[in-house]
Amino acid sequence: MTFYRGHLLVCGGEGCTSSGCNEVHGAFREAMRKKKIEDEIKIVQTGCHGYCEKGPLVVVYPEGVMYNRVGVKDASEIVNEHLVKGKPVTRLFLTDPISVDQVPKYEELDLFRKQHRIALRNCGMMDPDSVNEYIARGGYSGLAKMLDTMQPAEVVNEIKESGLRGRGGGGFPTATKWEFCSKAKSNKKYIICNADEGDPGAFMDRSLLEGDPHSVLEGMIIAGYAIGADEGYLYIRAEYPLAIKRIRNAINQAKELGLLGENILGSGFNMELKIKEGAGAFVCGEETALIASIEGERGVPRSRPPFPAIKGLFGKPTIINNVETLANIPYIIDQGAQTFASVGTDKSKGTKVFALTGKVKNSGLVEVPMGISVREIVYEIGGGTFEGKKFKAVQTGGPSGGCLPESKLDLPIDYDSLASAGTIMGSGGLVVMDEDSCMIDVAKYFLTFTRKESCGKCTPCREGTMRLLEMLEKITAGEGEMADLDRLERLAKTIKTSALCGLGQTAPNPILSTLQYFRKEYETHIKDKKCPAGVCQALFFYRIDDHICVGCGVCIKACPTDAIEGERKQAHHLDMEKCIKCGGCVDACPFHAVIKE
Amino acid sequence: MKKLTNKDELQALRQQAQQEIAERNQNKNRIIVGMGTCGIAAGAQDVVNEILKELQRRHITNVEVVRTGCIGMCEREVLIDVVRAGEDRVTYGQVVPRDIPRIIGEHIVNGRIVEDMVVGRLTAV
Repeated sequence: MTFYRGHLLVCGGEGCTSSGCNEVHGAFREAMRKKKIEDEIKIVQTGCHGYCEKGPLVVVYPEGVMYNRVGVKDASEIVNEHLVKGKPVTRLFLTDPISVDQVPKYEELDLFRKQHRIALRNCGMMDPDSVNEYIARGGYSGLAKMLDTMQPAEVVNEIKESGLRGRGGGGFPTATKWEFCSKAKSNKKYIICNADEGDPGAFMDRSLLEGDPHSVLEGMIIAGYAIGADEGYLYIRAEYPLAIKRIRNAINQAKELGLLGENILGSGFNMELKIKEGAGAFVCGEETALIASIEGERGVPRSRPPFPAIKGLFGKPTIINNVETLANIPYIIDQGAQTFASVGTDKSKGTKVFALTGKVKNSGLVEVPMGISVREIVYEIGGGTFEGKKFKAVQTGGPSGGCLPESKLDLPIDYDSLASAGTIMGSGGLVVMDEDSCMIDVAKYFLTFTRKESCGKCTPCREGTMRLLEMLEKITAGEGEMADLDRLERLAKTIKTSALCGLGQTAPNPILSTLQYFRKEYETHIKDKKCPAGVCQALFFYRIDDHICVGCGVCIKACPTDAIEGERKQAHHLDMEKCIKCGGCVDACPFHAVIKE
Repeated sequence: MKKLTNKDELQALRQQAQQEIAERNQNKNRIIVGMGTCGIAAGAQDVVNEILKELQRRHITNVEVVRTGCIGMCEREVLIDVVRAGEDRVTYGQVVPRDIPRIIGEHIVNGRIVEDMVVGRLTAV
C-alpha cells in the first residue's frame, strides 16, 4: 500500500462532470506532475457531494479545505500555493452561505427563549451514565455542603424558605411535609421517590430519570438526611426500562464513590437506596397505594389520616416526593433558597416542567418560571396552533385536570390560579387543542382512562366513573338529552367529594371543566345532534358534492366497504348505510368533493 | 474508583473531572446523541451505529461519540449535537442514518454547518 501525504478529492458526480470536472482533474494531474508531487498527493475522484451548483468541487485533505467552482486555470494555483507552500487559496473558498452566526442559538429558539431550567439543568447537557460529568457540573456539592455545615432542621428550613411545593401535582409545601416526618418519633424512617408517572401526555419524570439520574438521587439523600431516614425506594414503573437502568447505574456509581451507602463523605450519615419496579397502574402514583405496592400488597389506596409522614411504609414515617421535586432539592441547597425563590410568583416559587403536546407547532418538554401565562406557553414557546386552525382549549393536569378555553389564556400558571379556574397543575401535562377537537370526546377519553385505572376499592370511583362514561357515550352517540347534563354534573360532584383517593376525587374534573367552559358544545350534541368538530362518528355524515366530483374513481378504490358507486366521469354517490366513516375517501379525493357534515 | 471521605475530596474530584472535560472539549471533536427513550424510539441507536461506521470509513479518530438524555425537543428526535473543538455546539434534528455521512463530511471534516438540518446552537462552554 502506498502512503500519501495528502489527498485531493475532485468530484465526479453527474452535475460536476457536466461543469467540467474531468478537465479539472486532468489539469491537477498535469500541475502536480510539473511540481513532482504526484507521488505525495493522491488524486481521488469522488461521488457527488450534493453541492452541484458550486461544482466542480475540490477538497484537499488532511486539512479538509474545500474549493468551489474550480476551473482548469485554478488547478496550478492550488497545487503551487496549497499543496507545495501550504497556503490555501482563499479566493476559491466557498462564500459560506452557511455562516455560523446564522444558526439560531438555543436561547433564541421559540422552544427555549422563555425557559428557565432548574430541574432540567443537566438534561441533554451531560452523559447520564457518567457520575464524573455530573460532579463536574456541580453535582453532589449541595450534598457535601449540607453534610459539612447543616443540621437536619436547617435543611428543612432552607427548603421552607425556598417556597418549594410538590411538583407531582398537589402543590403541597415540601418543607411542611418534611417537618411532619422529621418530628415523628421512630427508630426507622423512609424516603420514597415517586416515579410512577402515568398521566397520558406527561413524560417529564422519565426524562429527568433518564437524563439526570444523579440529581434525583442527590435530592433523595438530602431529603433523607433532613427527615432522619436511612433507607429509600425509587418507585419506577416497569414501562420505563431505560430510566430504571440509568438509575441503577447511578446508584452503583454513587456507592462506589462513597456518596451513597454507609458513612457518606465521612460524615457518619448512611443512606441505602433501592429500586422498586411498579407494574404500571395509575393508582400506584397515589402515595398510600404506592406504599402498599412496595410492601408487596395489592396497590390500592387507604384512607388518610394517618398520613404517610406519620405512618407510612411498613408502618414507619415516610416521605414521598415526586421526581421533579427531588431534582430541585440539590439546586436549592447548593445555590441557596433565595436564588430559587427569586423565580416564580408569590405563592408558587421556582419553575415547572411541562410536557407540551397536542395541536401545537413546537411540542416537547419545557421548563418555565411559575407565573408565566398559558398564552406565552402556547404561542411564544409552542408557536401556536397549526396553520389555519383556530385555538380551542388547553388541557392541563392530565386525567385529573381540566380544559381551559381561549378566555383563560392570560391566566398565570401557578397552583392557585389553575385551581381557581377549575383545573390543576398536575404533573405538568399540557395538551393544546384546536377546532378539530371535540371537548366531549376529550372528556370521554380521560374518563375512559380513569375508569380503566380505577382500582375498584371504593364505590364512587368504581361505579361512578363507569356511569359518567356511559352518559358521555350516550351524548356522543347522539342519544343524549338535556337532563343528562344535570345528571353528569351532580354525579361528578358527588364522586369528587366521596371517592377514597386522588384518582377518584379528580376523575370528574375533565367533565366539570368542559361543562363549565364548553357547555354549548354539549348542547349542540344533544339538541342539534351535531358534533361541531366533526369527531363524534354518529353525528356527522359524508356526502359527495356532484358539482365538484369529476368521477375519477379514486374514492371507490379508497373505500374499504364499497360504499361509493358511480360511472367513470359521472358524479359518484356515497351510500351512508354502508359507510363506516373512516374518512378514507376524504383523504383520497384530489378535488375535495367529499364533504363532511 | 476510590471512595470519597470528605467534602474536599469531592471538590478535588470535581476539579479533576472539569479539567478532563475541558481538555476533551479543547482537543476533541464531539458528537453527542440524544438517547432518552424518545431518542431511542426515534432510532438513535441506528444513528449512532452509522456515526461510528462513517468515522471508521473516513479514518477519523479525533471524534468522541457520547450520549445524553432528552433535552426536551422530543418531537425533533433523533437529535445529535456536533461540537468541533473550541467551537459552538450545533444541534441537528430529525436525523436519520443517511444524513450522517453529510453531517460528518461537511461539519466535522470541513467545519461547515449543514444549515438545513440545524435546530439550534449552544454557546461553547
